[in-house]
Amino acid sequence: MQNKAKVFPVSHIVGFVLSLVMTFAAAWVALKTFYSFNTIMMIIGTLAVLQAALQLTMFMHMNEGEDGRTQTINVVYGIFVAIVIVAGTVWVMSIGMHTHH
Amino acid sequence: MGIKWNEFFITGDPLILGSQIAILLTMIGIVAGITYLRKWRWLWTEWLTTVDHKRIGIMYIIAAVLMFFRGGMDGLLMKAQTSGPEKEFLTAQHYNEIFTTHGVIMILFMAMPFLIGLMNVVIPLQIGARDVAFPHLNAWSFWLFFSGAMLFNISFVIGGSPDAGWTSYFPLAGKEFSPGIGNNYYAVALQIAGIGTLMSGINFIVTILKMRTKGMTLMKMPMFTWTTLVTSVIIVAAFPIFTVALALMTFDRLYGTHFFTLSGGGMDMLWANLFWLWAHPEVYIVALPAFGIFSEVIATFSRKSLFGYKSMVFSIVGIAVLSMVVWVHHFYTMGASPGVNSFFSITTMLIAVPTGVKIFNWLFTMRKGRIKMTSAMLWALAFVPCFVIGGVTGVMLGMGAADYQYHNTLFLVAHFHYVLIPGVVFAVFAGLYYWWPKMFGHMLNEKLGKWHFWLFVIGFNVTFMPMFFLGLDGAVRRAYTYSEASGFAPLFALSGIGSVVLAAGFAVFCYNIYWSFRYADRNISSDPWDARTLEWATASPVQHYNFAKLPEASSLDAFWYMKKNNEGLTLSDKEIKKIHMPSNSGLPFIMAIVFGVTGFFLVFEWHIAAAIAALGIVGGLIYRSFDYNDGYYVPVEEVQETESAWRNVKGEVNNHVS
Repeated sequence: MQNKAKVFPVSHIVGFVLSLVMTFAAAWVALKTFYSFNTIMMIIGTLAVLQAALQLTMFMHMNEGEDGRTQTINVVYGIFVAIVIVAGTVWVMSIGMHTHH
Repeated sequence: MGIKWNEFFITGDPLILGSQIAILLTMIGIVAGITYLRKWRWLWTEWLTTVDHKRIGIMYIIAAVLMFFRGGMDGLLMKAQTSGPEKEFLTAQHYNEIFTTHGVIMILFMAMPFLIGLMNVVIPLQIGARDVAFPHLNAWSFWLFFSGAMLFNISFVIGGSPDAGWTSYFPLAGKEFSPGIGNNYYAVALQIAGIGTLMSGINFIVTILKMRTKGMTLMKMPMFTWTTLVTSVIIVAAFPIFTVALALMTFDRLYGTHFFTLSGGGMDMLWANLFWLWAHPEVYIVALPAFGIFSEVIATFSRKSLFGYKSMVFSIVGIAVLSMVVWVHHFYTMGASPGVNSFFSITTMLIAVPTGVKIFNWLFTMRKGRIKMTSAMLWALAFVPCFVIGGVTGVMLGMGAADYQYHNTLFLVAHFHYVLIPGVVFAVFAGLYYWWPKMFGHMLNEKLGKWHFWLFVIGFNVTFMPMFFLGLDGAVRRAYTYSEASGFAPLFALSGIGSVVLAAGFAVFCYNIYWSFRYADRNISSDPWDARTLEWATASPVQHYNFAKLPEASSLDAFWYMKKNNEGLTLSDKEIKKIHMPSNSGLPFIMAIVFGVTGFFLVFEWHIAAAIAALGIVGGLIYRSFDYNDGYYVPVEEVQETESAWRNVKGEVNNHVS
């Protein structure tokens, strides 16, 4: 971020508009389309994750300041670990289960 | 209240009876000694209530030495039992208990506190800070760890030890196959200690990210600081998995749930999966700080800057990522699909790459260096070949298909001892010899140090090298005896002899601590090794506020360049300002007792008593919320007096000008 005060908060506006778009998109998919329940859940879940990432970067100053890069790396690492734990466990543990059922 | 009172104290085994008497006598001796010397007040104000990171670090190290003794005794008992075929020194049950406590204690109550202790002492000094970010929390970390460790340790005299291995796999560790309370100790004590470790991780991340002195960017941090940062991140990522797994285990054992029992709709192997999701990163949690210690020691005693600093940083970060995706290699034989086993074989072998990079960096740091053969450096030198043996056998084990041959044999046991002893214990010894003058103001005796080194390293190799061959011949781990016809006897006997030499090495180390404490020269400068990093820019032992004036770092090896350019080594009176420091607090110590008592009741499944004791925990948290004490100021006069006392001594590189 430059020292010169930014009069027009571009990132906030973009973030706000994109958040609105994604929220309405989710509402539209859920209320106005006739996809299967699973498909709808997948779409709105994806939109939710995208919006969380968007808000972290646009509003919550995740990548700003002196620790911006560190914070981004930490968050990305945290997400990586969470995915590994959940998806990894499901993958590893589901294999043996097919033979039992 | 299912406990039978006649089973409260373990009786009937002469070894345990001897220990009970010894413990009782030791406790009476300690209490009598402190009372006789009138040291209770001193103990309370200077140590039990301290929030000083250096003192907390020293307490961690003392606890770790004690636990090393305990875990080592377990090891010796096992070696005595297997030194000949069909020996009847220990029963099968007793042997099960001993290998379980040996594993848990050595990893969680020896390796971890040794390293966290050294981090506590060194990290704030190395980054030029006056304490960790949360000094009060730091005291909590220590006391919770200590509480958990003590709770776990009393298991063998009160109620019975856990006996399902340090991995405590279900279904064996479940209520059905381990009906006693032994495994409750495992579930509860490790939970309490784990809270402490998790808080340490958070504390060090914040300390290193937020409290570095002026000029010290991330890429100018000493390597030990880097490894501590990455270790702390792994702690925060991995320990919650163990917290959850232990909580599920506690529910299964105490409240009749079935997370890990197949018949109840649970999955027994899920325990193994969750356990190793934590325990594999745990290996790196103990190995990475050790690598940092070796980096400092090798750079200092080769009198060169660390070779390949950037590649070192990248390989540590790479290990942090890879360490999370290799856990299945601990249970290839569970029978997951070839796809799963192949994936984890590849990631496991990949992790040898960053580790190899580090080994070469250390070797190149030594190349053309003017190496000083101090005790600390000897440990670092011995580490390289021993650890390479451990690493290469690790790659052998890492191949899923081949692992079916090695799994559950002594080959595996030899492998992880070859990784953890050189990778952690050698590092801790190197670190202790290196930082001892910083902690206590005197060195450890070098001559005794060399005896310690040679006995320990030779003993280590003689103990564990035969186990590779025993394992390849088919000797299984965790078996309390073997037949004469198996032909294992000579190698087992050799291994047993090695363990005695190993123990002799440790005894020399303990004697060295005693000798140096009594007789070592106190007139050493604050920088006796001509070292490179900022912890040596202040007095030895370090004054409680660390730095009168915070040092500035303009490059890697900041202190080396301060000495070379003669910058920032002096302190003038007008630079001295009053210093803000945190106040002592008795709360962490008291809460450790409350946690310990609660845990003890939970272990015995006295739920009402446990619930009442747990109210004490809540009360402590409420009390803490209303604690408005935000520290005190060290007056200028006191700083002046302390600083001039050590700075203007002959041979001192730091000066005081007034």
